[in-house]
Amino acid sequence: MLTEKVKPIIRLDVRNVNFFYGVKQVLKELSFSIFDKKVTAIIGPSGCGKSTFIRLLNRMNDLIPNVIASGEIILDNQNILSSNVDVVELRRKVGMVFQKPNPFPKSIYHNIAYGLEINGSKDRSKILEIVEESLKKAALWDEVKDRLSDSALSLSGGQQQRLCIARCIAVEPEVILFDEPCASLDPLSTNKVEELILELKKDYTIVIVTHNMQQAARVSDYTAFMYLGELIEYDITEKIFTVPKEQRTEEYLSGRFG
Amino acid sequence: MKRKLEQNIGFTIITVCMVITLFFLGLIIYFVVSKGVGIMSWEFLTQPPRNAMTAGGVAPAIVGTFYLTLGAILFALPLGLACAIYLNEYSPKGFVVNIIRMSINNLAGVPSVVFGLFGLAVFVKFFNFGVSVLSGSLTLGILILPGIISASQEALMAVPLSLREASLALGATHWQTIKRIVVPTALPGILTGVILSIGRAAGETAPILFTAATFYKRGYPNSPFSEVMALPYHIYALMTEGTHPQQQTAIAYGCSLILLVLVLSVSGLAIYLRQRNRQSYGH
Repeated sequence: MLTEKVKPIIRLDVRNVNFFYGVKQVLKELSFSIFDKKVTAIIGPSGCGKSTFIRLLNRMNDLIPNVIASGEIILDNQNILSSNVDVVELRRKVGMVFQKPNPFPKSIYHNIAYGLEINGSKDRSKILEIVEESLKKAALWDEVKDRLSDSALSLSGGQQQRLCIARCIAVEPEVILFDEPCASLDPLSTNKVEELILELKKDYTIVIVTHNMQQAARVSDYTAFMYLGELIEYDITEKIFTVPKEQRTEEYLSGRFG
Repeated sequence: MKRKLEQNIGFTIITVCMVITLFFLGLIIYFVVSKGVGIMSWEFLTQPPRNAMTAGGVAPAIVGTFYLTLGAILFALPLGLACAIYLNEYSPKGFVVNIIRMSINNLAGVPSVVFGLFGLAVFVKFFNFGVSVLSGSLTLGILILPGIISASQEALMAVPLSLREASLALGATHWQTIKRIVVPTALPGILTGVILSIGRAAGETAPILFTAATFYKRGYPNSPFSEVMALPYHIYALMTEGTHPQQQTAIAYGCSLILLVLVLSVSGLAIYLRQRNRQSYGH
């Protein structure tokens, strides 16, 4: 399916994935590869299964009763959909930034320290070091360095979202999932988050679900277009946006449906 | 014009209802304060009764109520919180949990005198704790348990799913998420429930009638197996027993005032906590 000459390393290999809410099938035979240290955007109209798909990658759908997943998603030679996968360990490797900023009602410092503490870190100076480093990586350090003990809820929406990104990278995941991370942010904050994503792909494999086509075009290397639970087209982003192969992709991108 | 008139009549009626309610509320407070304040003195608060309940103070009853309430909370809080966490966070959602939840809510509607009889049969007789602080505390504890469970459950339910997801997504276990995120976030709401339960436990008469309370005891309880005096029961006893109704009635109003002040200040604290909680979480 890909039109690229040299294929990069596969980080997540999605093979024949189906997903059901009860009897309703919401993902149909998805198969594609997500590449290492690249940004993969997933686009498509509301209800096409984008969020359901991304939440499979860290097994967040486990929280919903009566769901069934079949097929395989391979990460580090392991099928993460298998019932004997340690989901706690998986979620440490596959971090997530959510649609609405969801900082804990704790201080800025403790929001980030939390992830380290639950994973067993006890060394205070080491934790402080990682807190600082993560905030720097999330381009938030300069704005909060003098008030780390303030409540995270005192930050603006955009700052909260960057705090959530800092919280996520503090536990050093391999993959970061962004589920419409800018849906509730103003354009300026959106801009900052996008810059951040481009910065983060040096170190992390990134999957982003977005409703904003320009955003997908700006930040991603690969784009998957989904419609009604099916993968319609997957290619390098430039190709998808300039010469889509499928008619439905073209129609969606030009705003004729969706 | 007709719609306007209807509106005016409607608002007038609800305003009148409001004023009537307020009137009775004010009347209760005025009544208890005016009848009770006369007897209030340092001696009344710190001395035991003298001269066959016609003079002296009610200190043993204040202390007794304190012990009974404290015991009830110590018993009911851990149990109630654990139940609430079990029901809200751990158990699979479904038919059985709904039944349990309904049963607990129904338990809250059981008349308190029934709890009193239960306490007599189970704690006083079966476990052989006798008429004691322990039996009374346990009975009051069971009485307030449903309130603590539902208040805690509501507080836990109000913790947004997004916070649980945030914690789990960082690789926290379910238990870590409950312990470090869900319960701390719900704590102000849980405390509100606990404080309202304190008011309830302090004021109830029937549950301690057969299980803990005694009309007269000179000293203070010195073990969990001592009988105690308690404010609500003391009021009841003063009004129904004894031979000097005149003096006893005055003392009963004094006790009522103390109880009212205790319960109102405890409720005030609950309101304050809830308010502060609202501010700090921004909803």
